[in-house]
Amino acid sequence: MNNLLEVQNLTVKFPTRNGMFEAVRKISFSLGRERLGIVGESGSGKSMTGRAILRLIRRPGILEADHIKLEGEDLLQFSEKAMRQVRGHKISMIMQDPKFSLNPVMRIGEQICEAYRLHAKASKKEAKKKTLDMLEKVLIRDPERVYRAYPHEMSGGMGQRIMIAMMLIPDPKILIADEPTSALDVTVQKEVLEIMDDLVRERGMGLIFISHDLNVVSAFCDRVLIMYAGRVVEICQADRLHEAKHPYTIGLLNSIPQLEHPVEHLQVLQRDDAWSREPSVNGVVKREQAS
Amino acid sequence: MNSSSELSQKGSGWREWLLTDAPASRRQARLSSWYRSWLAFRSNPMAMFGLSILFALLLIAMFAPYLAPYDPFIQDLAARLSAPGTGGYILGSDSLGRDILSRLIYGSRITLYIVSLVALMAPIAGLFVGTAAGYLGGWVDVVLMRITDIFLAFPKLILALAFVSALGAGIENAVLAIVLTAWPPYARIARAETLTIRNADYIHAIKLQGAGALRIITRHIWPLCISSLVIRVTLDMAGIILTAAGLGFLGLGAQPPSPEWGAMISAGRKFILDHWWVATMPGLAIFIVSLAFNLLGDGLRDVLDPKKSK
Amino acid sequence: MSRDNKTGIELAQVNVWFGEGEERVDAVIDATFSVPHGGSFGLVGESGSGKSTILRAITGLAPTWSGNISVLGSMLGKERDKGFYHDVQMVFQDPYASLHPRQTVDHVLSEALYLHGFKNPDKRIVQILDDVGLEQSFRFRWPHQLSGGQRQRVAIARALIIEPSILLLDEPTSALDVSVQAEILNLLTRLRKERGLTYLMVSHDLAVVSHMCSEMAVMNQGEIVEMLDVEQLRGLKAKHPYTKELLDASVQKRRGKP
Repeated sequence: MNNLLEVQNLTVKFPTRNGMFEAVRKISFSLGRERLGIVGESGSGKSMTGRAILRLIRRPGILEADHIKLEGEDLLQFSEKAMRQVRGHKISMIMQDPKFSLNPVMRIGEQICEAYRLHAKASKKEAKKKTLDMLEKVLIRDPERVYRAYPHEMSGGMGQRIMIAMMLIPDPKILIADEPTSALDVTVQKEVLEIMDDLVRERGMGLIFISHDLNVVSAFCDRVLIMYAGRVVEICQADRLHEAKHPYTIGLLNSIPQLEHPVEHLQVLQRDDAWSREPSVNGVVKREQAS
Repeated sequence: MNSSSELSQKGSGWREWLLTDAPASRRQARLSSWYRSWLAFRSNPMAMFGLSILFALLLIAMFAPYLAPYDPFIQDLAARLSAPGTGGYILGSDSLGRDILSRLIYGSRITLYIVSLVALMAPIAGLFVGTAAGYLGGWVDVVLMRITDIFLAFPKLILALAFVSALGAGIENAVLAIVLTAWPPYARIARAETLTIRNADYIHAIKLQGAGALRIITRHIWPLCISSLVIRVTLDMAGIILTAAGLGFLGLGAQPPSPEWGAMISAGRKFILDHWWVATMPGLAIFIVSLAFNLLGDGLRDVLDPKKSK
Repeated sequence: MSRDNKTGIELAQVNVWFGEGEERVDAVIDATFSVPHGGSFGLVGESGSGKSTILRAITGLAPTWSGNISVLGSMLGKERDKGFYHDVQMVFQDPYASLHPRQTVDHVLSEALYLHGFKNPDKRIVQILDDVGLEQSFRFRWPHQLSGGQRQRVAIARALIIEPSILLLDEPTSALDVSVQAEILNLLTRLRKERGLTYLMVSHDLAVVSHMCSEMAVMNQGEIVEMLDVEQLRGLKAKHPYTKELLDASVQKRRGKP
């Protein structure tokens, strides 16, 4: 199995009055047909990494990398026009708040259809059928009604399901989900994550799941990159997150209050300057070139 | 050489003091935030261009007696309607043989006088009405906004004309008339801003500390409304100058022989075909100053608008 | 102390609604609970459950309510006076929205002191910054120069500088990173101990509430569906199906998929 995505020495920096600020510093990782989690606190560069893969860094931000290879092709060499084909078609992205990603004055069905027809040559009728199919797949009970509804009529959980449907309809290879459930209630969160998980696995896609929530990531991913100050400080198997070695990861895990293990005082993370100086851990997994 | 390096070091010390992340006093915090805004403003060349024109205008108005080559009121009928550059008149002379350049230089005083009075009075009136209506809501809002609507329903110049003809011609009355017609848009802006601010958590927080409506409006809402009003005023300034000129043109503003720019255009109208400069020169002056205010307004919007900086 | 047997906050059959006639939405239905003086009580629920609305009714931000609310033994009417705000203060959810963007930390704190006529503002500001764990160098900073956790400390300082006895906490850590959350929760725990404060805390996170509060009410769609103490919660001994669902979700989230 090949790597779907390979990122080598990715750096994102912004010029500021006090010199360059490096939001992401020389990180490398690969993504197969797996679920890769990227965890970190705000400002750790995790969202920037997701955007950088799609080359969505706005000026004056600067994006540098040895390569960002999507199935062997280097995205850095692509023209802006070719990139537009990649975005949405081969790599889709789900943002935190569906309210900002959906056009408020367009019916939901039309938006999904449009997203589909942008990349696939299909008649309106086919697109509609496909849309209704997709809405059913994200476990929306009454697709016809949702098809005709406007975004503001939907709850947060419903909105996120619609986003998933919209992002998966062009059959992308990779889905980047940036905090897809952070704005949702816990009970709804679980449902949405399960839907996303099932669809991604069913289609053999690669998933990059960006979140601040260690617990959610460890429950829904295979591999986790832990980011701190723009670097990857540790990589672990998600189910072994609790055996993490890096003091930052351990500190984060310990600072979460736990229902069954009451403590008088929560442990406070003691930050060490050295963490932001040590080089990134390499997250590239060499996979056999099977044909 | 030694002293210059010392000076530059002292200079950078000031810079550091102003750009510090940990100000040590209220004064430093305030100065520092102003300095940062200034740095942002300075990086916009067009806005700086506008600002320097206005600065030059201010200097011209201040030193008019020293800058003007002639007395703006002295007539020389023998040299009437001299073309620009002839007979020592750089921008020509008007129908009574008065030097146009000198009249423009003295006229800048009138323009600045009108502009600054209007710029002070109209937004403040709008701020009072708009924030009160927006924050208090209910019937206060309804009454104040309907009054605003009535003012907005008439074209500005017509309304100003009506006021001036009721009050009598003259600069003060022209200013008053312009203010009376200019405040409603500011009230609208202030109200719209207030409506979004009043539901912000920081306003709830100060309310929960026991602050009364008056204190919340004046101390907590005004500082946030003022920036958008300042921007709007500078962008409107061109319109204000033109309204003042329009009133002058119609003979309802400044009275002859005072060298108000609008009145000068009006006087030059009769000769526009044969002696173009009489009307064109004051027209150009109005154009340049209006443009300067517009550029300044655009620059200020970039610096002050909190929505953009987010 | 005479305060021992006093109640901090008591609600009886409180209803809160928005809008009138056909558009009326009942946000809180028949809420009854009491928080002892010096106690710590949690309101748990998901968005739209009415938990924050209860805080707003107590503080007077939600004007349309019925029933009885009493604070420190005195019944509240429609209006709140300065004395009330001297006793009861609130910390908001989003520290990025709860500080005035054009006011320095010093300004925010001085304003609170001015409103309640305190003397020696300088001394008190220095003291409160110490208490909430902010260095003195933060005193003249603007909100945009502070991180989320630092802002929340300022918000806590603003509430506590007028020495209230009751603190209403509206999801005080949900907008913060977990490591910062731990710092703020520890700070709140310490301040409660030092000052004998009464907490009424609203949160969607069962683990946070169980860490902070000894008793809690679970709310769903405007109604309190279950009251339980922290031991029952930790023993996963919830009775109401909705509470069970919440518990499941938060325990499963941590353990990973079954």
